[in-house]
Amino acid sequence: MHSFGYRANALITLGVTVLALMCAMASLSDNLNFPTPSAQVQVLNVNWFQKQRNGNEEVSLTLNISADLQSMFTWNTKQVFVFLAAEYETPKNSLNQVSLWDGIIPSKEHAKFLIHTTNKYRFIDQGSNLQGKEFNLTLHWHVMPKTGKMFADKIVMTGYRLPEEYR
Amino acid sequence: MDWQGQKLAEQLMQILLLAFAAVSFGTGYLLGSFQMMMLIYAGGVVLTTLVTVPNWPFFNRHPLKWLDPSEAEKHPKPQQQQQQAVSSKKKPTKK
Repeated sequence: MHSFGYRANALITLGVTVLALMCAMASLSDNLNFPTPSAQVQVLNVNWFQKQRNGNEEVSLTLNISADLQSMFTWNTKQVFVFLAAEYETPKNSLNQVSLWDGIIPSKEHAKFLIHTTNKYRFIDQGSNLQGKEFNLTLHWHVMPKTGKMFADKIVMTGYRLPEEYR
Repeated sequence: MDWQGQKLAEQLMQILLLAFAAVSFGTGYLLGSFQMMMLIYAGGVVLTTLVTVPNWPFFNRHPLKWLDPSEAEKHPKPQQQQQQAVSSKKKPTKK
């Protein structure tokens, strides 16, 4: 500690170490938050449902997505990424996931929303398994922190069924 | 900066940094504002730098008092022979 340089070096070293510690504690404090999100999705309409020339099936849906994700936000949350996936089982694969819609929620004020939309990404099955198929709509989310650990979870909504006939 | 000043500077730096860290984390957590935590801590680091890094006069309150050369001549060092017996490796000094 005898010179300017030594003192500056010691200060920066300790300062950055303590900063890292504070960030670690901020990340750990996220574990004290127990979020209770809720989500509902209504399929308002099957706009069309047809077989493509290559044999794949494609559906267009109109959806009403309402969710309250405010409880996910803590002081260490930067943003929340959510996406809605259609999940169903086929003889070949036990789990098929097709992303229909996604969004980035930048703040707690935007975390309670109702969105009326057609599917943002195309709902295509690689084959022809969709006629009369029962499927789940699952809202997945990733809570992105300012520092530290990222959390991910989902809400599964069951009981949706596609029509038997192409339209 | 004298010996006492160096000790003081190091202790001041550690105490100030840890105190600001505790205060900023507490404030940030209670206000729910990560930005507030960063701002308070950054302010604390700047303040600590200003207090402990420059060579302020209060770090120089205990200067070492060296004897005057003329004083040393009046009181010559103890006899060399005893010292040689204790540690023979030392180079014998001039008489």
